[in-house]
Amino acid sequence: MRDEIAPLLDVVDLHTVFQTRGGDVHAVNSVSFSVAPGELLGVVGESGSGKSVTMMSLMGLLPSSARVEAQAVNFEGRNIRDMSDDALRVLRGRDVGFVFQDPMTSLNPVFTVGYQLTEALRTHLGKSKKEARARAAEMLSLVGIPDAKARLNDYPHQFSGGMRQRVMIAMALACDPKLLIADEPTTALDVTIQAQILELVKGLRQKMGMGIVWITHDLGVVAGIADRVMVMYGGQIVEQAPVKELFANPQHPYTIALLETLPSLTGERPERLRSIDGQPPILGAKLTSCPFAARCRQVMDRCHRENPTRREVKAGHDVACWWDATQGGAA
Amino acid sequence: MRDDVEGKPLVEVRNLKMYFPIYKGILRRQVGQVKAVDDVSFTVHEGETLGLVGESGCGKSTCGRAILRLYDPTDGSVILDGTDIASLNTDDLRQMRTDMQMIFQDPQASLNPKMTVERIISEPLIEHRKGMSAKERSDRVGELMDAVGLNRTFANRYPHEFSGGQRQRIGIARALALSPRFIVCDEPIAALDVSIQAQVVNLLEDLQQKMGLTYLFISHDLSMVRHLATRVAVMYLGQIMELAPSGQLYSDPKHPYTKALLSAVPEPDPREESRRDRIILQGDVPSPANPPTGCNFCTRCPVAQPLCHQVSPDWREIEPGRFVSCHFAE
Repeated sequence: MRDEIAPLLDVVDLHTVFQTRGGDVHAVNSVSFSVAPGELLGVVGESGSGKSVTMMSLMGLLPSSARVEAQAVNFEGRNIRDMSDDALRVLRGRDVGFVFQDPMTSLNPVFTVGYQLTEALRTHLGKSKKEARARAAEMLSLVGIPDAKARLNDYPHQFSGGMRQRVMIAMALACDPKLLIADEPTTALDVTIQAQILELVKGLRQKMGMGIVWITHDLGVVAGIADRVMVMYGGQIVEQAPVKELFANPQHPYTIALLETLPSLTGERPERLRSIDGQPPILGAKLTSCPFAARCRQVMDRCHRENPTRREVKAGHDVACWWDATQGGAA
Repeated sequence: MRDDVEGKPLVEVRNLKMYFPIYKGILRRQVGQVKAVDDVSFTVHEGETLGLVGESGCGKSTCGRAILRLYDPTDGSVILDGTDIASLNTDDLRQMRTDMQMIFQDPQASLNPKMTVERIISEPLIEHRKGMSAKERSDRVGELMDAVGLNRTFANRYPHEFSGGQRQRIGIARALALSPRFIVCDEPIAALDVSIQAQVVNLLEDLQQKMGLTYLFISHDLSMVRHLATRVAVMYLGQIMELAPSGQLYSDPKHPYTKALLSAVPEPDPREESRRDRIILQGDVPSPANPPTGCNFCTRCPVAQPLCHQVSPDWREIEPGRFVSCHFAE
């Protein structure tokens, strides 16, 4: 059972509010989740659903205009929220690896890839220059970059998009992290390159056994690699389930609609795509209704009055909705 | 079935080439050229949607732009209704512009932020329908806004006041203003969220039916192209590798690149995903400034033979309506 293993990351009741000139924006609302060691958690949502902000909030990577509150954010049982800045720095550098969407903006264009790779190794693992270089070359060949030793002397612009993303992954994994946070790592890449990276991550996961949080808007990517999926909408988690269960038995009207709007490569070609009418909500105020109510096909009176809390559908599968998909009525 | 739609040819592209020079050094001497589109031929039939798919940098957008003569093609011809657009002089070209329009990828970048929606949509009318009175123009703008599902009362708002999906609708309304027959859609949904994409795609389909439009739909989203397109052309490194009716291309791809490309698309179904036999291509796309000799795909092709590295394959019709550029496809 999942509950018997102590989670690697455990988040309880996270709220993030941005203070802007136009007023507060409640980007993350009461988000709770956990990641087990070695597990790959897929986080799915549209832009503005709060998926990236959630992860940034946890690691203290947001600008000072963001107010982050949480009951607890535990990493291996230690509360991150109580940590000093120095301790947090060590945690971010050594125990947690990050891969961001656009490798060109996350790599420094004026330093060689080798320098950027060895920097973390020397700072966080205290390796000598020589050891660090050897390890860096090893990491580059691990992520499938040919002629790794020579390429350490190259600058980021000398790599192609897919290769740069491999460099980012190598960098994130260099210190052997326990948790890897990958924020839309393949979104900027072509499908054939994306397929290469997904294969790579599947292989690395088996070799290194770290927990992974994979943020994406692509349900197809999630279907191929995740163990468990969390669907976010309007700054909250609307549904969470093991991957097979989620796709076979979606409960939230948003998840159901999302799966229906996607055209497929195989099977029937529908005359029209099912579309989700309307726009995602603007999170100006704390929500007092369900964020999806305005676009929901199953909307009821209660949805406009009360924001639903998460209820368990079956073990490991929960949904935040007043409507019961199995019975087709109010839950 | 839309697969059977066989209109008469509306646009014929013949041996289209679009090379961009590379200049280097203080004397800005030309040292080479990027062959963005290299000898491409195809026909777009009236009323159909021809999907043009490929990875970034394969030349699909350049191809779309060269067809509308937003670039001056290096060589080849583009025949719209008997007239060769590629060699037309500017005055005649201007006349032809009303028949062909474009919808761009990024509605943020392609709409002037300082113009109201009304002004943006009436811009082509001011330019090409000189006889129109202000009243007629504003009526026409209202009609167009209705047609694309924008509220008429928003006519005096600015682009930044709209969401991405609505902005794309403004771009579509502008493209429709002159009642064109042929529209090049250059990744019109790539910048939109999944739940908004379906709205825009449905709109494009409705408009096509109502107005008898012909689309060249450029996209990297193979699943969406399968849904929309009558026929599909697959591009790689400036050349078309395969062209076939949509149903056949997806169920029975002939070119090794098409096979790899289709197998790389993730499917939103975990059971399907675990069953799939993926062809993982090695390496990256070669530079179009220095394409390999022989077949353009030979450096990454899993089934390449010695012949492929020496001789460039012919563009041949292997079944009625199915074209492939590969020595070994059958």
